[in-house]
Amino acid sequence: MSMAGNSSTSWPAAPTSVSPPPAADRRAGRWRRNLTFDKISLFVVFLGLPLALYITFVVSPLIQAVSYSFTDWSGFTADFKPVGLANYVKILSDDTFQKAMYNNALLAVVVPLIIIVLSLALATLVTVGGASSGQIRGIKGAGFYRVISFFPYAMPAIITGIMWNLIFDPSSGLVNGILTGLGFSNFKSFPWLGNIRTAMPTMMFVIVWGFVGFYMVLFIAAIKGIPAEIFEAARIDGAGRFRTAISITVPLIRENVQTAYIYLGIMAIDAFVYAQALNPQGGPNNSTLTMSQELLTTAFNKGQFGVACAMGVVMGLMTVLFAAVVFTVNRVSGGKDRITLA
Amino acid sequence: MSTQAVVPVRKHVTAAERSIAVSSHVVLSIWAIIVILPLLWTLMTSFKTTSEIFASPFQLPAKAQFVNYSEAWTTAGIGNFFFNTIFVVGSALVLVMLLGSMCAYILARFDFPGNRIIYYMMLGGLMIPIFLAIVPLFFVLRNFGLLNTLPGLAITYVAFALPFTVFFLYAFFRQLPYEISEAAAIDGANEWRTFFQIMLPMAKPGLATVAIMNFLGLWNQFLLPVALNTNQKNYVLSQGLAAFASSAGYDVNFGALFAAVVITVAPVLVVYVIFQRQLQGSVSQGTMK
Repeated sequence: MSMAGNSSTSWPAAPTSVSPPPAADRRAGRWRRNLTFDKISLFVVFLGLPLALYITFVVSPLIQAVSYSFTDWSGFTADFKPVGLANYVKILSDDTFQKAMYNNALLAVVVPLIIIVLSLALATLVTVGGASSGQIRGIKGAGFYRVISFFPYAMPAIITGIMWNLIFDPSSGLVNGILTGLGFSNFKSFPWLGNIRTAMPTMMFVIVWGFVGFYMVLFIAAIKGIPAEIFEAARIDGAGRFRTAISITVPLIRENVQTAYIYLGIMAIDAFVYAQALNPQGGPNNSTLTMSQELLTTAFNKGQFGVACAMGVVMGLMTVLFAAVVFTVNRVSGGKDRITLA
Repeated sequence: MSTQAVVPVRKHVTAAERSIAVSSHVVLSIWAIIVILPLLWTLMTSFKTTSEIFASPFQLPAKAQFVNYSEAWTTAGIGNFFFNTIFVVGSALVLVMLLGSMCAYILARFDFPGNRIIYYMMLGGLMIPIFLAIVPLFFVLRNFGLLNTLPGLAITYVAFALPFTVFFLYAFFRQLPYEISEAAAIDGANEWRTFFQIMLPMAKPGLATVAIMNFLGLWNQFLLPVALNTNQKNYVLSQGLAAFASSAGYDVNFGALFAAVVITVAPVLVVYVIFQRQLQGSVSQGTMK
């Protein structure tokens, strides 16, 4: 849940290496000594207002959600009783929710992988695609490619979804138009989003389209942060472009890749906007149904708020689990002996 | 960046090198086409009649159907949604920038018991899926009488955009030199004045970046309005368009739907073109040491 809460607009941009204020700060005890009206009023307004808002609309609903998940609350009646883990048992044994969990897990595994590989490849082409002798140069027109690729990220995700829904339209869409134009006549009115085999890959493609440019720009910045001497040295040692990318670039921007992976995973475990724009009903045989869609239906259409809260908790736990797996994999695969640039 | 500092050793371009450069351009161009083509096609289609749209996806419109735009603006209510969005996003943006910078300032510049707890509480808000909170949030708003109202939606936007804003500006305020605020104090400025007249103006570059990102994030927000703002009169653009798109399945005015998509993207495109340097710069900032 990043700004405005939509995890499809997560911002890996925020500086991540802010250290806590040093304990023995020279300003440390000073505030205590001169607690003037000036300072107290400042604290009350500057800290009190935002905190009150944050606690009321973010923190307290989160805590309530966890506690409601153990009740049979239907929302509109005042009385509800604790049911223990019954809601969890119910959703975890429910076929539809299982399918939704599977879909989100699939999204969380596949989508970040494709986005990161593709954006890293494009970023590498942009930054070290230039001449290999002499100075390491970016490719000509790098700025153009960057500006173009980044734009989908700025577009509203729902518009991205609606637009691609129209593009994948069986009879009037661009995709089938191009394919039949190229002579693949069996794609005439092929329902990309209505076919059980293609609905999920189509949705993945749309998400990838929306995010690659953002991570490309992120990785370009990270690669540019690597001192040119390192690439020079690798080249003198006879490493080719591919070898340089695999053995030099990727290990040196490992932290960025990890951050990207976690953000994309959080987005994929939500994926609500895309699922809703492409297949509001969950797709053929629920093949694109997400937990988020199921949660909203359960809450606001069926009025089972306790069950819906349990679904929310499951989503939260899956997010934490995903982050933990990424951290562990990164450590085990050698991230702990990280190469640092002195 | 150190990349530029190296002097070219020789300028000898081999054939192999040229072919690599060419293939890099080919790959990047293919991607650029995959990005641009759908956008251009959407723009073109927005000027076609519904029967033209179904006749062929490539055919140019016989006559530019500007009527699609007026149709989308009035009949589909996009115009109404547009003004709702401007009201909600505008007021939320002003509020979140004000409250966020105040909170970040206190957390970054004052050491007091509980500082760390509040900071990490904010940080946690960046990680947890919003879906976890959405059901109780519905009732919190209802109890305040804010459910299905535009101010209620704006307040919720502020609360959910707060963690990102605070987190980003925190780093910014910490970098500002302490000497200046001390000088202000010696010159007799009180704490309030120091903030509004000294610190806030100095944090302008950071504020601009966060404001742009918040604008995009809030303009594009979808889940919160869908769950908390269900009165059709109060729809914001993103949800209004989704409703229009799903209703278009029956009584189709596809031309107007395409036009509505263009209307929604246009303001974002303008902001993007004007601020793209700043936007991309802020993305890079997080990776720089």
